Amino acid sequence: MAIDAATVRRVAHLARIKTPEERLEPLAQELNGIIAWIEQLNEVDVTNVEPMTSNVAQPLRLRDDVVTDGAKVDAVLSNAPRSADGFFVVPKVVE
Amino acid sequence: MSDLTKLTLKAALDGLKAKSFSSEEITKAFVANIDAANPTLNAYVVQTTDKALEMARASDARLAKGEGGALEGAPLGIKDLFCTDGVQTTAGSNMLRGFVPPYESTVTSNLWRDGAVMLGKLNMDEFAMGSSNETSAFGPVVNPWKSTTSNADLTPGGSSGGSASAVAGDLCLAATASDTGGSIRQPAAFTGTVGIKPTYGRASRFGMVAFASSLDQAGPITKTVEDAAILLRSMCSFDVKDSTSLDVETPDWTQSLNRGVRGLRIGVPKEYVVDGMPAEIQQLWDRGVQWLKDGGAEIVEISLPHTKYALPAYYIIAPAEASSNLARYDGMRFGHRAEGTTSLTDLYETSRAEGFGKEVQRRLTIGAYVLSAGFYDAYYVRALKVRRRIAMDFDAVWDKVDAILTPSTPSAAFALGDKQIDPLQMYLNDIFTVTANLAGLPGISVPAGVDKGGLPLGLQVIGKALDEATVFQVASALEDAAGFVAKPEKWW
Repeated sequence: MAIDAATVRRVAHLARIKTPEERLEPLAQELNGIIAWIEQLNEVDVTNVEPMTSNVAQPLRLRDDVVTDGAKVDAVLSNAPRSADGFFVVPKVVE
Repeated sequence: MSDLTKLTLKAALDGLKAKSFSSEEITKAFVANIDAANPTLNAYVVQTTDKALEMARASDARLAKGEGGALEGAPLGIKDLFCTDGVQTTAGSNMLRGFVPPYESTVTSNLWRDGAVMLGKLNMDEFAMGSSNETSAFGPVVNPWKSTTSNADLTPGGSSGGSASAVAGDLCLAATASDTGGSIRQPAAFTGTVGIKPTYGRASRFGMVAFASSLDQAGPITKTVEDAAILLRSMCSFDVKDSTSLDVETPDWTQSLNRGVRGLRIGVPKEYVVDGMPAEIQQLWDRGVQWLKDGGAEIVEISLPHTKYALPAYYIIAPAEASSNLARYDGMRFGHRAEGTTSLTDLYETSRAEGFGKEVQRRLTIGAYVLSAGFYDAYYVRALKVRRRIAMDFDAVWDKVDAILTPSTPSAAFALGDKQIDPLQMYLNDIFTVTANLAGLPGISVPAGVDKGGLPLGLQVIGKALDEATVFQVASALEDAAGFVAKPEKWW
């Protein structure tokens, strides 16, 4: 399946990465090269093989539902691009 | 005492304990080396000299009282993806330039608990995505090694290039590193150092900047196998803050060293002979086999039939996980935020376009593609099934062999700039290492010889899950047999 400039535009938007028009075609070619190489996975017989999402064969642990940390507003905000009065400042989201 | 910076970690710890020299002395010696070398080698992105001297003096006070932990007073370098409280942590990215974590990673906490001294933060490929350190926002690290056939600056490998270069260039006693597809073992092989990626789940991922969470694992880069055993032990621990952390005992792996390999069964996988592999890599591998045979090991030819599919599977799984992990960089709570944007979407897209470098953008785009509607099953789910096939290949041989011997890399260190044109050529660096990540197995690279240009080459030992003991045992025997003592000649 060949990736064209329109596909790159759509995928770049899904990844939320602004991509200038003149980059779409070169990127499409790069991705086609990589995807063509990846296509060799189609040679593998994966009938009745369960997808492997983790190396760790243990159930997720549960812990007591209690507060273990918190009240660190200053630390949480310390790397914010903008903050004020104990809040993150973000651009207007709702018109 | 002559040059303290040339000591192994073990020798330095012994010297500190015996008060042959102080932590402040050895720390100052390393600081002097870094000051002199860093403009050329670019291994450190942040030097924490004041903090280092403060930590060293505190160590000296403990040592004076006959106290101190397993790493007391030892100056180490820290890969810049371990969050360090109050010290900039960027993972080599402009996205995180200026990010100062208000908390400490579990791995580094363990090191400070054991008395180690932090010299600074080590350069790396951006978000650990790279095999040559050239994707770093801080510029590439330079390998202390040079070929006798060319004066070109060489890559130390990646993504832990800063860690490898710093250890090889005597800019720290040892360093932390991390490995998602080979990022500890490939740089170790390229710099004549030892690097081990433990079993997935041994070292906590809490406070490590995430790349691909089901593959990322911390480990050390050191001068010797013994040093690796010492430092890995301090790094590993069970941690409730990492849901994939294994609640297992961390053994004293120094007990596994110098025991020989008599009676061990060593697998040699025929699928690791790859097209275009230089003859000297095959010769190195043959020599490794002979050394183990001479040591009394039984050599068993094995088959890991899905090996050739490991890299393509990895280049779906890792970018897919990265595209999810790196969604957090939205310019809102931390990280780079673009100025002068026109809408919320524009702010996200511009911040990420400005903050992420080219290779990261490429992988995030691949990740978004293979996870997108219509392609998820064909690419992502299929890759996860192939991943299980690869893990099953290993499962099928563990009743015949105790460990597996392979080359670490398909070549010696290459020149900076050599493989930037074609991403696929760069990806092939991890061809021998990536299987251990996909299957979650421990793997170590040990320096075992040099190529025709005098550059180091490494052999890899892969073991069963949680059986680092055998991995160290075999690595120790290889180290002994190889007698690798070459050092880069100082030109920087």
